[in-house]
This record gives sequence, structure tokens and C-alpha cells, in this order.
Amino acid sequence: MEKRPDLVPAADHRQVLLAHGGGGTLMHQLLEELFLPAFANEILDQRADGAVFSLGANRLAFTTDSYVVQPLFFPGGDIGKLAVCGTVNDLAMCGARPLYLSAGFIIEEGLPFETLRQVVESMRRAAAETGVQLVTGDTKVVEKGKGDGMFINTAGIGVIAHDLPIQPRSVQPGDAVLLSGDIGRHGLAVMALREGLAFDSDIISDCAPLAAPVLALLEGGIEIHCLRDLTRGGLASGMVEIATSAGLQINLEERAIPLREDVKGACELLGFDPLYVANEGCFTIFLPERDVKRALAILKGHECCREAERIGDVGQGYGGIVTLTTIIGSRRIVAMLSGEQLPRIC
Amino acid sequence: MKYVDEYRDARVVQRLARDLAQACTRPWKIMEVCGGQTHAIVKFGITELLPAGIELIHGPGCPVCVTPLAMIDKAAIIAARPEVIFCSFGDMLRVPGSAGDLLTIKANGGDVRMVYSPLDAVNIARANPDREVVFFAVGFETTAPANAMAVYQASRLGLGNFSLLVAQVMVPPALKALLVSPERRIQGLLAAGHVCTVMGYREYEPLARDCHVPIVVTGFEPVDIMQGIYLCVRQLEEGRAEVENQYTRSVRREGNPAARKLMGDVFTVTTQQWRGIGEIPASGLRLRDAYAAYDAERRFGLGAYRAEESSLCRSGLVLQGAIRPVECACFGNGCTPEKPLGAPMVSSEGACAAYYLYRRG
Repeated sequence: MEKRPDLVPAADHRQVLLAHGGGGTLMHQLLEELFLPAFANEILDQRADGAVFSLGANRLAFTTDSYVVQPLFFPGGDIGKLAVCGTVNDLAMCGARPLYLSAGFIIEEGLPFETLRQVVESMRRAAAETGVQLVTGDTKVVEKGKGDGMFINTAGIGVIAHDLPIQPRSVQPGDAVLLSGDIGRHGLAVMALREGLAFDSDIISDCAPLAAPVLALLEGGIEIHCLRDLTRGGLASGMVEIATSAGLQINLEERAIPLREDVKGACELLGFDPLYVANEGCFTIFLPERDVKRALAILKGHECCREAERIGDVGQGYGGIVTLTTIIGSRRIVAMLSGEQLPRIC
Repeated sequence: MKYVDEYRDARVVQRLARDLAQACTRPWKIMEVCGGQTHAIVKFGITELLPAGIELIHGPGCPVCVTPLAMIDKAAIIAARPEVIFCSFGDMLRVPGSAGDLLTIKANGGDVRMVYSPLDAVNIARANPDREVVFFAVGFETTAPANAMAVYQASRLGLGNFSLLVAQVMVPPALKALLVSPERRIQGLLAAGHVCTVMGYREYEPLARDCHVPIVVTGFEPVDIMQGIYLCVRQLEEGRAEVENQYTRSVRREGNPAARKLMGDVFTVTTQQWRGIGEIPASGLRLRDAYAAYDAERRFGLGAYRAEESSLCRSGLVLQGAIRPVECACFGNGCTPEKPLGAPMVSSEGACAAYYLYRRG
């Protein structure tokens, strides 16, 4: 096949596949080979969860995200809560205090008004909880069959009130890695509802705003080097991304990673590796070893971070490599997720 | 978690590693038959714990990997039809056929659905009487009883819109083919615990005797695998060639009679093509004539379809344990999980993907 490096993702797919939005290798190829070169600029090239820039005397963070979750309501949340929390969390991961959000609704003709009302009410509550205001928006209705009930896009602005350069390149050898909570809940809560994949479970999404614990860490004087929320692609993909950007090796300790029994059980059943399952309410913190104890104490004071643990550290080693000391004491490489995680045959 | 944690106990694993190191005086080549075992071996870094002389050879027990290319193509042809809802286990969706995988068919508008059980596909057929619902019945003896149950239920319900695309394979004939091969390198075998849960292990007894190879029926957790290797090495060191059952919490000598009966009622033994290996007599299952109406190949007129496999991909040799994945020139170089040449790079159970994901560094 003729190669057009400026247009075609390296995997040579002629169409966009679901995996191109899956947070794994294919999505990274799409970013690297199409979006980033097309729009290249200094701010975009920071490659963080949000853009960080100065405007007058203020440092601001700016980010956007679209929400296409199906079903619209799931245990522990809904598309509205997700749309507020997700964008708030992207700002929080820049070390910013979230201030203002926009919301764009793309609604499919025929959606019950009651559904829309519930989603909006859920957004109102999540915004109030986080202290952000929804200050502008847009509504479009598409023909029946052309939208999956509803899609929401939110963009957000936050202000950065400190001088720490919170980014992968600030990570240093010797840093500790903290994880704010147990992993895998959101991905499995949504999966459990999907048609044809029904299994009984009480797993509730971890969907939660993370600005409060991050701001508390900053106010507590914790020297945060890098933050990452562990959405699509899960803990593994987030860590591989940071190891790659920082050019350092991250070593994780499987035994220390909080994982609920029911999540572990569902993963065993489906043949999933919980390291790759999506979360919507947990994040990792890279920080100097001396701050670990205080940071854990601050985190555990927040409802969403009660399970916070130190899960690993950063070494010189091989740049871009993430290793995991398994529960049986051996070590293996943690790779980035390639495409969607698919349940195995047996 | 009960029944999992105790089989991942680091102290037990380390103790077995010490016992193994003591028992092992010579190099031995042992094949773990099942892809699930391969996956566990790399995921838990088990090779790190073995004495230097023990080489694990990854066997042909990955259903995704051995499903012939022609069958993947047939799946794609059926799935692209507008009246069809094509249901499959998740990991078949990314297996490359001659013209792309099932996810590509889905991207083009095909109604391809991932299900966790063939019985879910039966329910989809009930809920969609105006559509043709096809389930891709892939796998070893492990999946055969549930697939048989789906056909049995569909026939009891009188569902005229449900069928199976059958690519059902059986382990012992494939093992025999490997063991009698003149290029045989394998000295001991870890048989697949799940397969034996259904089938028992009587049929392995003549194989162990005639081919003089120790066979240990082994589970899938680190403690199981370490103990399976230990039992196998002990037999090799003592010059024995017997069938031993490590996976006693799940496997009986006679297997699961109810499951075997249902399988026998619905399926009959047939010659089967294995991807990368070729045709093996009496190594597959097809629907009995009484259930021919549920055969998707027949329903969609695809019985005569043929396909050529890639000449670059050496997965056949990998599946036979003749080479390790990294010895293939395409490994990581033109063949990756994003763009696999052959099926062992697709499935998380496949030897190539397992190597690629966990052992590159």
C-alpha cells in the first residue's frame, strides 16, 4: 500500500476504528501522525491533559472532552456527571482550580425530556460540588438514529495559583508514585450493563471530581511533579505515557495496587487485566519520596481517595519502560493497551 | 479472592521454585498446551523462576490462533450481510482475515456483536425474529458444551433464525500430531486443565505410554503451573511417562459426563484444518446431520470457500513449538498487535502477543 505519512496512521487502517478512540496505541498513532503535526504549536506540544498558558499575570489551564457513554445512566453516575467530572479532572491534573465550563449538547430526536432533565440535574449537582460554573453552552438536535441518545462536550478553564511545572517532564528518578484509589470500577460498571455482556454485579463507577484532593495537596505544600487521571486505557496506559514522555523507567508493585474483590472477580471472569480498565475517579501523583507520608495523609482525608497507596517509584533504567513486580515476586513489562480490551474465549 | 489468591501465593510459588531447582539435573523442554497457560506464564513472569535448563514451549492451545483463515473469511462474509447479526467472543473480532477483521466489517456498518456466551446469541435471536443471528462457535472442548447447548436450546425453541459457524477443535489429536512428528522437541506436556475438566484425561493415557511423554493435567494460576512443571520434571528425571493430575480441584479422570453427552448429541468428529499447521484427521467437530439446519456454512452456501494463508507469517512453526515468536523475522517488525499478520499476535492467549506485550524489554 502507498504510504502517506502525513495522513495515514501507521497501522494503515483505511477507516477509523473504535480502537482509534480507545486510549491505546492506535489512538496515540492517530494523535502523533495526524492531529499533532496538523496543529503543532508550543502549547499543544506540552501534551498534557489540558493546555497550560499565561494570560497577563495569570497562568491558566484549558481543556475539552466529549462524552459518548452508553448507556447514559450507569451505577454511580451518568453522562452528565461524567461530562462535568471528566473536564474538571483534566483541569485538576494540570494543578488548576477549575472555574468555568461550557457545555455542548448533541441530542437525538425523540430523547425523552425526563432523561434530559435528569442529566442536566446531575450536571448541576456535580458542578455545585466542585465549585465550577457552567457559563456558556450550545444545543443541537440530530435526526433519530444519528446520535446515541445524547452526546455532551464540555470545555473548561481553570486558574493555576502555584509555580510548579506539573508535567511528565518534571518527573525525576527517585520519585514515588501514589495512586489515589482502587482501580477498574468505572470500566466494569459500564461493561456490566452492555447488551449481550450482562453479568450480575454491584460494581459502582468511581466517577468523581478530583479537584479537591489535588488542591489540598498543593495547599499542603506537596511538591507535585506530575499528575495523571487514569481514564481510558487505565493505569497501565497512563504510566506508559508518562514513562515515555519523561524518558524514565516506572516500577510498579502489583501487591500495592488497590483493587476491590468484586472488580478483581469480574476481571478474572472476562479475562481482563484490571491495569487496563478505565477509571473516572482516580489518579496518580509523582512526587519526591520525602512528601509521600504527608501526601497520603492529605489524600485519605477525601472520600474519593480513602484507598490511596504508594504503588511504585521512578528509576533511571530504560526510558519509557514500565515494570510490574507481580504478586508472586517476579517482574514483567507493562505495555500500552493495543486497541480495545476484548473478553477472551476461555 | 477465594480460589484465586491461594494459587497466587508468593511463598508457595517460591517454595515450588526451590523444589524444582533441586529436582532438575538436566535441561528439559516442556510444552504448555493451552494459550491460557501461556498467558499466565508471561503475565506472572514465571519463566524467571525456572531453573536455567527448563525451556517452556508454547503449544497450539489458543483457539483464536488455530482457527483457519478460510473460517475467518467466512465469518466476515456472513457478518457483512445486512440481514445478519453476527455474534462472537471478543477476541475473534480482531483476527485478520484475507480482507480485514470483523471490527472492520463493523466499522463498515455490519451488525457485529460481542457476547460472553453463545446463549446470549440465542436470546438475541429470540428478540430479533426478523434477523439471521449467527454465533461464531470457536474453541476447544472447553467451549463445545456451551455451543452444543445453544443449538439444543435453539432447536427446542424452534428458532429458525439462529445458526452456528463452527470451528471447533480438539486437543488430543493435535498433540498426537506434534508428538509423532520427526521434528519433535517436546519432552514433557502440561495438558490444559479446562479441556480436561470437560473431557477427563483417559484419552491422554495411551498418548503418554505410546509416545513416552509425561503429561501433567495443569491449571492456570502460578501455583498450578509451577507445580505442573515440577511434577513433569520429576517424571522426566525418573524416566517415567504417565498422566498425572495437578488440577484435582477441577478435573476428574472421566471429565464431566453431562457436558460430554450434550457435545456428543449435537456434534460429531470430523477432519479439521488448523491455521499454520494444516489438516489433522479427527481433530474437529461439526454439527450432526440432525442439527444441520443450524449450520451457518450451509445456510449461507459457504461450504466450498477456500483461502491462502500469508507466506510471511511463521505462526505455524510457533504453534508447533518449533520456533519461539522472537525467532520470526516479522515479530514486532511488520507484525504487532495493532497490525497482526497471524492470529497468535491477536489473541491475548496467543504466544506472539504474549511475548510482545510482556517480554520485549
